[in-house]
Amino acid sequence: MPSLRDYRDRIKSVKSTKKITSAMKMVAASKLRRAQEHAEAAQPYAQAMSDMLARVAKNVVINASSSRLLVGTGSDKKHLIVVVSADRGLCGGFNSNLARAVSQKIHVLESEGKSVGLVFVGRKARDVLKGFHGSKIWDSFFGMTGKNKVEFVDANEVTGYILDKFEAGEYDICHLAYNHFVSVLTQKPVMDQIIPFNLDAAGDDKKDVSGKQAEKAETSTLVSPYAFEPEEEKILSALLPRNIGVQIYRAMLDSAAGEQAARMTAMDNATRNAGEMINDLTLQYNRARQAYITKELIEIISGAEAL
Amino acid sequence: MNETQALQFELVSPEEKLVSEPVKMAVIPGEEGELGIGAQHASLVASLKPGVVTLHKDSTNEAPRKIFITGGFADITSTNCTILAEEAIDVTKLDQAKIEQDIKDLQEDMSMASEPLDKKRIQRKIDLAKAKISALTGKIVL
Repeated sequence: MPSLRDYRDRIKSVKSTKKITSAMKMVAASKLRRAQEHAEAAQPYAQAMSDMLARVAKNVVINASSSRLLVGTGSDKKHLIVVVSADRGLCGGFNSNLARAVSQKIHVLESEGKSVGLVFVGRKARDVLKGFHGSKIWDSFFGMTGKNKVEFVDANEVTGYILDKFEAGEYDICHLAYNHFVSVLTQKPVMDQIIPFNLDAAGDDKKDVSGKQAEKAETSTLVSPYAFEPEEEKILSALLPRNIGVQIYRAMLDSAAGEQAARMTAMDNATRNAGEMINDLTLQYNRARQAYITKELIEIISGAEAL
Repeated sequence: MNETQALQFELVSPEEKLVSEPVKMAVIPGEEGELGIGAQHASLVASLKPGVVTLHKDSTNEAPRKIFITGGFADITSTNCTILAEEAIDVTKLDQAKIEQDIKDLQEDMSMASEPLDKKRIQRKIDLAKAKISALTGKIVL
């Protein structure tokens, strides 16, 4: 039977936990808004890029001399998965869901006899996966998605790394795994293939974080014919690496917004649980106090009777 | 040609939309030479090298606005000119002394670098800084 003091101490500690979680929730909410604004601000570029790719792609004849980013290396043995997760925890199942999806993908690829490499952006998914797949980790980038603003320079650093590795022939196919921001309550782990580039998918844009769909894509692609300077193939081979940068940047923005949303939800739950716990503990504390008073009274009365 | 019609000029970076305004003419640094873009220009997709974008406004007495971009792409239709640049900065905000210092630092880095990949990366930065200098001075730096 815990003493009154034990109850008081526990209530106090739960109360301070509650303060922390509710503060974290508030911080996450404001960071979420900012992250969404950034994702929205990045939309025109991504949209213009995918419009342009679609336009150029329509005019390009794919042949053996096309960029390898487009036609692939002719093999599909070596895979690379770029995993964009959060640097910090306390955001519910955000990181572990992603890690689980990646882990499943690795098993599928390995059962097909393919080799897998991993590159991490963000600490948490790496921490989860390094136990089983530690030997597959090529490199990790930290401190990119947790900041106030996800910077394109950072995305470019990752892009530079994976493009160098591609040119060195260290992998054939590259996937990008990240949490897609569906809504504040839902973040879905998704896996996109970014190398080789899928031309058919160009133009049909996914919903962005702000939930807006680009309307102008349809109309603007109809205004043809286009001239190209320099010729289409050259533009395409310059566009493709940039596009990978944009996709990685977008994944980072998506993931950063998702992280804050997940943290907000998780901390909201934690705050509510702490509130319930305080109520329960207060009830028990009052009961214990009552029992103690009753016991003392009984002792006094029976003492007086004994005289 | 309709004189009153202006060209809607847009400059977007991956992080945000930087400029969106009507202009009379925009001069952009195409890979194969400078391009002057006005309204009613033929549809064109061009890739751009690092250099200066010059925006000529309607009123003639106003000095043209100059923006340095680190290369990118231009998407031109008869009414719009959209430039995708990874980085853009107003030429007036470039600091020559600082960039020259950067070049020195980078050249030091270059002599220390051993990996060919690092060298390539540093060379890119040096080229960029030199393009900034030539944007400022109007001269080609070697």
